[in-house]
Order: sequence, then C-alpha cells, then structure tokens
Amino acid sequence: METLSFEFPAGQPPKGRALVGCVGSGDLEVLLEPGTAGTLNIQVQTSVNGAEQRWQHLFQRLFQEQTPPALNIQIHDFGATPGVVRLRLEQGFEELGHD
Amino acid sequence: MTDLLNRHSFVELGARQRAKALLDAGSYRELIDPFQRVMSPWLSRQGVVPQADDGVVIAKGTLDGLPVVIAAIEGNFQGGSLGEVGGAKIAGALELAAEDNRNGIPTRAVLLLETGGVRLQEANLGLAAIADIHAAIVDLRQYQPVIGVVAGSVGCFGGMSIAAGLCSYLLVTREARLGLNGPQVIEQEAGLEEYDSRDRPFIWSLTGGEQRFNSGLADRYVADDVAQIRQQISELLQQGLPATQRSRQADYYLARLAELDAAPQIEPATVRDLYQGERS
Repeated sequence: METLSFEFPAGQPPKGRALVGCVGSGDLEVLLEPGTAGTLNIQVQTSVNGAEQRWQHLFQRLFQEQTPPALNIQIHDFGATPGVVRLRLEQGFEELGHD
Repeated sequence: MTDLLNRHSFVELGARQRAKALLDAGSYRELIDPFQRVMSPWLSRQGVVPQADDGVVIAKGTLDGLPVVIAAIEGNFQGGSLGEVGGAKIAGALELAAEDNRNGIPTRAVLLLETGGVRLQEANLGLAAIADIHAAIVDLRQYQPVIGVVAGSVGCFGGMSIAAGLCSYLLVTREARLGLNGPQVIEQEAGLEEYDSRDRPFIWSLTGGEQRFNSGLADRYVADDVAQIRQQISELLQQGLPATQRSRQADYYLARLAELDAAPQIEPATVRDLYQGERS
C-alpha cells in the first residue's frame, strides 16, 4: 500500500461535496470536498505500489482538458484501472454540480 | 419481460443506496457520515486500504412514517467484514434506538446484512463489537422489532449470522445465503467430498434464502426488487413484536437436532423436514 499526494492549479471551490465509488475489487472511493481557491489537492491511498507516474499522467490528462474546481480530493483505491479512475472522477465532478 | 424491465434490483445497490431506497423520500439522515472519516485505525497499518465509512452506513429516517434506524453493511468492502469501527457504529445505533424507546420514541431497526462476519485483521476488537451488536439487538427487540435483511450476494456468516438469528424477523431473497460458517471454511474442515464450496447449486440448496425460508429460519422470502422488499419490511415493522422470538425457541430446535442421523450426507429436504417438523 502507498500514499501519494498531488497538487494542480484550479478555479473556485464548489459549494457541495460528493462521495462516489467503493473500496471494492477493481474499484475506488473518491471523496470530494471544497478546497482553497486556486488549488486542487489530491491524496491517494492505493493498494498498488509503484504507480505514482500513472496517477500523475491520468490527472494531468484529465485536468488539461478543463480547469478543475478547487477541491480536496481523497482517494481510497483498491486496484482500479485508469479507465475506472477517470469515470469515478468524472462522476464525482458531476455529482458536485447537483448539490 | 416487462416484469423484468420494471424490476429494480436491490442486490445490485450499494449499502448507502439501499438505505436511501428504503427510507421515505427526504427523511434520510446519515450518522457518522464518511466525511467525518471515522475509519479503521488497523487496516492501514497492515497494508490494507481503508474506506471512509469503514463499510457501514448508519441512517435515520422514517419508513412509511415510522421512525427507523438502518444499519447497512457494504459487502463489496472487505467482504462486509466487521471491525472495531463498523461494529461499534452498528452497536451504537442499536443502543441509541433502545434509548429512544425508553424516552418514548418508538425507533425500530433494520439491519442490511452482507457480511462474512468478523474482520480477521481486527480480530478480538471485531469479535467484541459483534458481541455488543448481539446484546443491543436483544435489548432493542423488547420494545420494537429489529428486522434483519439478507439480500445477497455476499450473504451473512460468522458472528453476524447469530445477529441475524437474534432479529425479531428475518427477510431473505433467493440470492441470500445464511450460515454460521462460510462454504470455504466448511470445505476446509469437512473435506471436498462432503462439501464442495465451488458447487453453487449445492451450496444454495443448503444455505440459500429459499432453503432457509422453507426450513422456518427466515420469515419472508422476497424477490430481488426494491419495491417488494420495502413493502415487506414495512409490513413487518407494522406487525410489531413476534409472539415468540425465534432465538427463544432454542429448546425446540435442539430437540429436533437431537433426532438427526448425521451419518448419511444430508439432503436439503431432510433439513426442511427436521426444522419444520409437525409445522410443515
């Protein structure tokens, strides 16, 4: 198990918070909460060691398409593939919009 | 076909979605929600990724107007195993519900059980928490029904199968399994010839929801459908306390078990006849 931290430039914090996913086989849990304007912090606790570069690239690709809101994101990962991670993050952003 | 399309599976829902689906719209309020991050302090130290709610959702609200607390176990997280935190959440919720009743608020409890029992990484702390849950069920069920629901697909095993047995009423689906020991444990102890844990029809024929219902060990056998499960729970809640709690009928069951010839391989029908006796 490994704990990783990432930081990205961001916009304004959202009003609400969201929780998506589950720490089940091949899945992950994502907690999204409002952060400080301008900064997106991500904490990842993952069962798969040595995958820091893969997380970095995945986040970069996702956030270069559009600037994310200012959030503190906590991820509990149980071996999700990059595709599943991306879907869960997009689902989380979507749910933030509903609140 | 339309039946199938109109059906809304309960088994496929996660713990939080299940609790939301059962409570009256707008009444859902979660206690110790995941953002409070009351997590297992033991899993990370053993290299296991924790979950923010430790796999247990406690929700208060109303079900058809009746005050209810729901404890839902997330079967996808560590097999629904109960450790110190998750176990304490359930025990605490049941104890508070009993306290409510002593203060004139008739809170009922619904337990959504998807669990392999104690979480081995937390050993005695999990066992102690499950003992607290047992005691809290016995306390609360004097006032109001405690309803156990085993929907599947994990089933309910270990110490939590005892909790299921202590409930005022137990509701199962076809997907459910209920047993003190899980199939793999029995296979390991009894041998492959006697109990093949990979033989799914065989496992369900002995520990499945339908068999448990037909043996009189469950009170309701329901299709995997949110509306039907909710309806049955509501009926049981309104029914009030059972005339005799199942766990108070130990003498009856022990007498039946004493009659069993354990030499031949047991058949599902033998079990049904044994438990039902003159009632079948």
